[in-house]
Amino acid sequence: MYNLFKLELYKIFKRPRTYLSFAAITALIVIIQIGLKKDGKEYISFVLADLGNSFEINGNLCNGYFVCFCILQLLLIHVPLLIALIAADMISGEANMGTLRLLLSKPISRTEFVLAKFAAASVYTLLLLIWVAILALFVSMAIFGTDDIFLVKNNYAVQIAKDDIFWRYIGAFFFAALAMLTVAALAFFLSQFAENSIGPIVATMSIIIVFTIFSTMSIPIFNKIKPYMFTTHMVAWKEFFDVKVNADNESIFGSIQRPDKIIKSALILIAHIIGFVGISVYSLKKKDILS
Amino acid sequence: MKKIITTCLILMTVSFSASAQDADALVKKIKTKLEQVNNYIAEGKMKTDVAFIKAPIGKVKIYYQKPNKLKLVKDKGISILPKGGVSINASSVIGLTNYTAIDAGEQLLNGTKVKVIKLLPLDEASDIVITTLYIDEVQLLIKKSATTTKENGSFEMEMYYGNYANLGLPDKMVFSFNVKDYKMPKGVTLDFDDDMKPEEKQKLKKKKGRVEFIYSSYIINKGIDPAIFKS
Amino acid sequence: MPEIIKVNGLCKTFGKLQAVNNLSFSVNEGDVYGFLGQNGAGKSTTIRMLLTLIAPSSGTIELFGKSLSSHRKEILSQIGAMIERPDLYKYLSAYDNLKLFAKLSGCNVTKQLLMDQLEMVGLAERANDKVKGFSQGMKQRLGIAIALVHNPALVILDEPTNGLDPQGIADIRNLIKSLRTEHKKTVVVSSHLLNEIEQVATRILIIDKGRKIIEGTTQELLDPNQTVVDIETTDLQKAFTLLSSSNWVNHLQPLIDDKISLTLNKHQIPDLLKHLVSLNIDVYALQQRHSLEDYFLKVTSGNYVQPV
Repeated sequence: MYNLFKLELYKIFKRPRTYLSFAAITALIVIIQIGLKKDGKEYISFVLADLGNSFEINGNLCNGYFVCFCILQLLLIHVPLLIALIAADMISGEANMGTLRLLLSKPISRTEFVLAKFAAASVYTLLLLIWVAILALFVSMAIFGTDDIFLVKNNYAVQIAKDDIFWRYIGAFFFAALAMLTVAALAFFLSQFAENSIGPIVATMSIIIVFTIFSTMSIPIFNKIKPYMFTTHMVAWKEFFDVKVNADNESIFGSIQRPDKIIKSALILIAHIIGFVGISVYSLKKKDILS
Repeated sequence: MKKIITTCLILMTVSFSASAQDADALVKKIKTKLEQVNNYIAEGKMKTDVAFIKAPIGKVKIYYQKPNKLKLVKDKGISILPKGGVSINASSVIGLTNYTAIDAGEQLLNGTKVKVIKLLPLDEASDIVITTLYIDEVQLLIKKSATTTKENGSFEMEMYYGNYANLGLPDKMVFSFNVKDYKMPKGVTLDFDDDMKPEEKQKLKKKKGRVEFIYSSYIINKGIDPAIFKS
Repeated sequence: MPEIIKVNGLCKTFGKLQAVNNLSFSVNEGDVYGFLGQNGAGKSTTIRMLLTLIAPSSGTIELFGKSLSSHRKEILSQIGAMIERPDLYKYLSAYDNLKLFAKLSGCNVTKQLLMDQLEMVGLAERANDKVKGFSQGMKQRLGIAIALVHNPALVILDEPTNGLDPQGIADIRNLIKSLRTEHKKTVVVSSHLLNEIEQVATRILIIDKGRKIIEGTTQELLDPNQTVVDIETTDLQKAFTLLSSSNWVNHLQPLIDDKISLTLNKHQIPDLLKHLVSLNIDVYALQQRHSLEDYFLKVTSGNYVQPV
């Protein structure tokens, strides 16, 4: 299976569209960074408009850590699209090219085939996320400097000390990797049912967009189904950026307000990944290859 | 009868002006004490305690140059202070020059008997409407002040003294102020997961906020580079 | 000869469509097995079942004496296949495509091996060119190289001459012959070009609507007495008239188009030629019509009753 995995990885990185994905995300992040470099203060003023009526908040608010947080929030749809571009093509693309029948008539088990393909798609996903981390975090830190991060949430604001942030980003990116692997698994799963990657890509993005809409609207009937939607759990990386306070309302260095939420969401995403890949294996094993 | 009333009025006026003079004298005594300090650099910690803000304690340096130059520099990081700034200096509380001091009696404050004196600015342009001082007459220390301003609401300061009591410099100062309800639209926070319990949300609706300064050291009357106040 | 392929009672249903219906056949070692049928007869479905691309609804398949369902990997490692048009990775070069599929086939891949394969199919000079710029014929040849790179014992070729020019078709024909005679491989070839099958196949299976119509050696199936000969002459009408009044009259078919056709025994052809020369008839061409084509059309007409 390792050889199969290497060949799948080779195919992914031989395709121009793979590099287009990296270029696209680079362009997006750079545009956000340029925008914030130019008008970061205005953006901060807008975000803190309500708090600013009562408080003076001084310091390097638009620092690298804050910029990275903004980028990660804003790329909620874009990064999954770029993941789906590759993952949704893994099986359907082979069917479309006509190479699926050639591949599956070789002495390789279909289970190994599916797992090797998903593993290769996962590596692509992780590399894309590492690239996002380098650009969004390290380059932002270099351009904007570092300071405490000040974040506004629905019910309160959180200030996290500068020395208490970097490890949170490591955790957040690990979690984001899990979230994006879930997207990859979904796209990969949908790829079984088409002979053209457009369908699975559109289906993946439609599911993510619709589920995100359900997740964001506070309508009672939606609230009942929210816990079961993977999009609800994909944003749990933000929990790394909330701290506990002690009895004196002092934030506790190195703490996370809801670690249980992170763990629960991680487990749910892992379950989704296993489910999607498991069904993909079962589905391809049973499938008649007519393409 | 007329004589009795006249006498009473005269006595009241005299006692009032005497007490006003007492209040004024007390304030002047405090000012004199505080004027021993021409400048200081204080190091300490600042803690912002607002129900809906989670903030870490930060190290601060406070620079003071008589009569009214004051600068707070956070060692690193972001500082959150109430709008209108923080009067973190007793001198600023009694920095008024054109005022009337009124004796408002005595009270027990944290187990200590204090004299309550109200300062009314005579300058109509002054932002301060009234300041109430709670003064320990024996040690000539301002234990607490409550100030109402036109533009920046009301705030209180409580001071706790220790090593530098003789110079009127506190070891700890708590600045309390009123806060409005925190409201942030989801479209701005991009935080759509609101699973906070109602009782937890209720706790965030406290109307008062505090900033605490805990001073670890003072460097007094050693001079300060004027450039610090310019930046 | 040992049986390389043994298929027994093979059925495949897609919904209401019975694509393959109780098909049984066997391929012996060293055969060039011609697999014939009209479009939609079930040839591709059967080949895909041999390659485990499609699961049979019922029936058994044995290859190399082993059950396909329980020895899949082991069996597939000994098969090289080209199914319909060869679709390859357009963004890879010919060399890279060959290398990729060679690795998947489990063979020991060396540069020399790959270049030898490309040389064999006439693509050595285009080794580093991306496949997206290849003609259909070039892709076909690369597909054959991919099927043969790991030296399989059984070669399955589905329409191998599609898109090839006459030289290419001749090359494939010679390749199939050499696979059998020199490399001792067993070849299953499905094609619509009946004359090509006729020239290379040792055994033939004809299927129609998913059912076996007939199976046997070329000699068994093709009656030598039913050889049809077409003649082109300088004076068609004169030749027809002269032959009508000769002993050849019973062999003569009605005059159609611009040639005279006779049905006779293959061995009578030299005598016919001598007779034509004796009648001073100048013969431009004498050609045996594809007897397999006639046979094929007859058995798939729907009226065919297999002789006992």
